Amino acid sequence: MGVLLDNLPAFGEGLRTTAALTLASYLVALVLGTFVAAMRVSPIPPLRWLGTVWTETLRNVPLTVLFFVFFFGFTKIGVSYVPFVSAVIVLGCYTSAFVAEAIRSGINSVAPGQAEAARALGLTFAQVLGTIVLPQALRTVVAPLGSLFVALIKNTSIAFTIAVVELTRVVKELASVTGEAIPLYLGAAVAYLLLALPSSAVIGAIERKVAIRR
Amino acid sequence: MTVAVFADPLGPRGKIKVAVATLFGGVAVAGVLYVAFRRFQSNGQLEGKLWSDLFTGESLRFFWGGLKNTLKLAGVSLVLALVLGMVLALARLSRRTPVRWLATLWLQFFRGVPLVVLMLFFYFGLDIPNYTAIIMGLTLYNSAVLAEIIRAGILSLDRGQREAAFAIGMTDGQAMRAVVLPQAIRRMVPALVSQLVVLLKDTSLGVAVLYEELLRRGELAGEFLKNKLQAFLFVAAIFLIVNLLLSSAARWLEGRQGKAKKVAPGGPVRVSGVEDLTVA
Repeated sequence: MGVLLDNLPAFGEGLRTTAALTLASYLVALVLGTFVAAMRVSPIPPLRWLGTVWTETLRNVPLTVLFFVFFFGFTKIGVSYVPFVSAVIVLGCYTSAFVAEAIRSGINSVAPGQAEAARALGLTFAQVLGTIVLPQALRTVVAPLGSLFVALIKNTSIAFTIAVVELTRVVKELASVTGEAIPLYLGAAVAYLLLALPSSAVIGAIERKVAIRR
Repeated sequence: MTVAVFADPLGPRGKIKVAVATLFGGVAVAGVLYVAFRRFQSNGQLEGKLWSDLFTGESLRFFWGGLKNTLKLAGVSLVLALVLGMVLALARLSRRTPVRWLATLWLQFFRGVPLVVLMLFFYFGLDIPNYTAIIMGLTLYNSAVLAEIIRAGILSLDRGQREAAFAIGMTDGQAMRAVVLPQAIRRMVPALVSQLVVLLKDTSLGVAVLYEELLRRGELAGEFLKNKLQAFLFVAAIFLIVNLLLSSAARWLEGRQGKAKKVAPGGPVRVSGVEDLTVA
C-alpha cells in the first residue's frame, strides 16, 4: 500500500490524463457519430455508403489494431500527432461508429408518424431530422450512449500502447521501477471502478430525467 | 424507418437536387480517396515490394500462424467464459442473498476494470505466462458479460414455462435444466455470436504482453520487412473480414429465429456488443 501513497502525484496525474482522454474522445465521438448517423439515413447514396463503410470498418477492427495503424502506420504517410491527440482521434473515431449505430437505432424507434407529420407541414429532410426526429431519438438512446461512455473510460487504457501517459501507463512504469506490481495494479483497478461507477450513476439519473413519460 | 419516411417521393426538382448532391458527394468521396492515394504515393508507400513482401509464402504462413493463435485465444476463452458465465448467471438468479451479492460484486468488478489492466496484472504482477494471462483476462471479463446475456435469456422466457415445470413436480434444478435453459440458450445464440466478435477483437490486446497473436505478428513482420504501415493494414483487413463474416452469421441466426414461431414472444435476446452492453 505504501508504494501507492508514495507515488500519489504520478498516479493522480495519470488519472487526470485518463479523464481528459475520455471526455475529449467522447465529445469527438458524439459529434462525429451524430453526423454519421445522419449520413446513413440521408437520401444521397454516396453519403449513405460512406456512413456504412465508416461504421462497419471501425466496429469490426480491434481498437488496438486501429491504434497501431494510426500511430505507427500513418506516420509513414506523414500523418503524425503527439500521442494524446492521436489517442483522441482514434478513440473518437472508433466510438463514433458505435454512437452512430446507437443513434440510428434510436431514429428507428421514433414512430414513423412523427416524420410523416413533419413532412406534411412541409419541413425539409434536414428540418425533419434535426427538429423532430433526432430530439426524440436522442432521448431513447441515453442508456446506450451512457454505456458507451463507460466502455470508453476502459478503452482509454489501450492508449498506453502508443505511449500516452495515462493511468495504465503510469502504473505499468511504476510497477517495473518499484517491483511492487500487485498493489499498483489493484490501485489502478479501483481507480477505474471509481471513474466508471459514478458515471453509471449519473447516466442513470440523466436517463430518468429525460425519459419520455407516456 | 427507411429513408422514404424522411422525405416525400421526389418530384422532378427534388430528383435533380439529389442527383446534384450525389454527384458532389461522389466527387467529395473520390477527392478524399485521391488525397489518401497521393499521400501514399508521395511517401513511397505504394512501392510494390512493400506490399508484395506480405504475400510471399513465408509471410503468409507467419500471418496464418498469428491468426491461428488469435482464434485459439478466442475459442478457449469463449468456452471457459461460457461455463463461468453460466455459473454466474445462475448465481445472480439464486434465492440466497449472499450468493446473489457475491455474483453481482464479481460482475461489477470485472466489467468495470479494463481488460488490458487485468492482463498486465496477471503477466507482470503475478508472473503468469503471457498465453495464460491473456486467457485468464479474456475469460474473467467475458464471463461477466456472458452472465448478463445468459441472465437476460433466462428472464426473457415466459414465467409460465417454469411454473408449468413446477406444476408437474419438477424441482428448481430440474426445471432450470430441462425446461428453462434449453429454450433460453436458443434465444441467446445470436447474442453469443455477436459477443464472439468482441472477444475476437479483444484478443489483440495480447500484443501488450507480447504474445504472438495476429497483431503482434503483424508488428514483428512490419519491423522485419520494414513495411509497418502495410503490415498493420493487412492485419486490420484480416480482422475486418473474419468479423464481418461472424457478424453476418449473427444476423442470419437472428433473422432465422425471428421467423421461427418457437421463440416468440420476445424473440432473440438482443445485445449490441460490449461497447454498448444494453441487454434489452
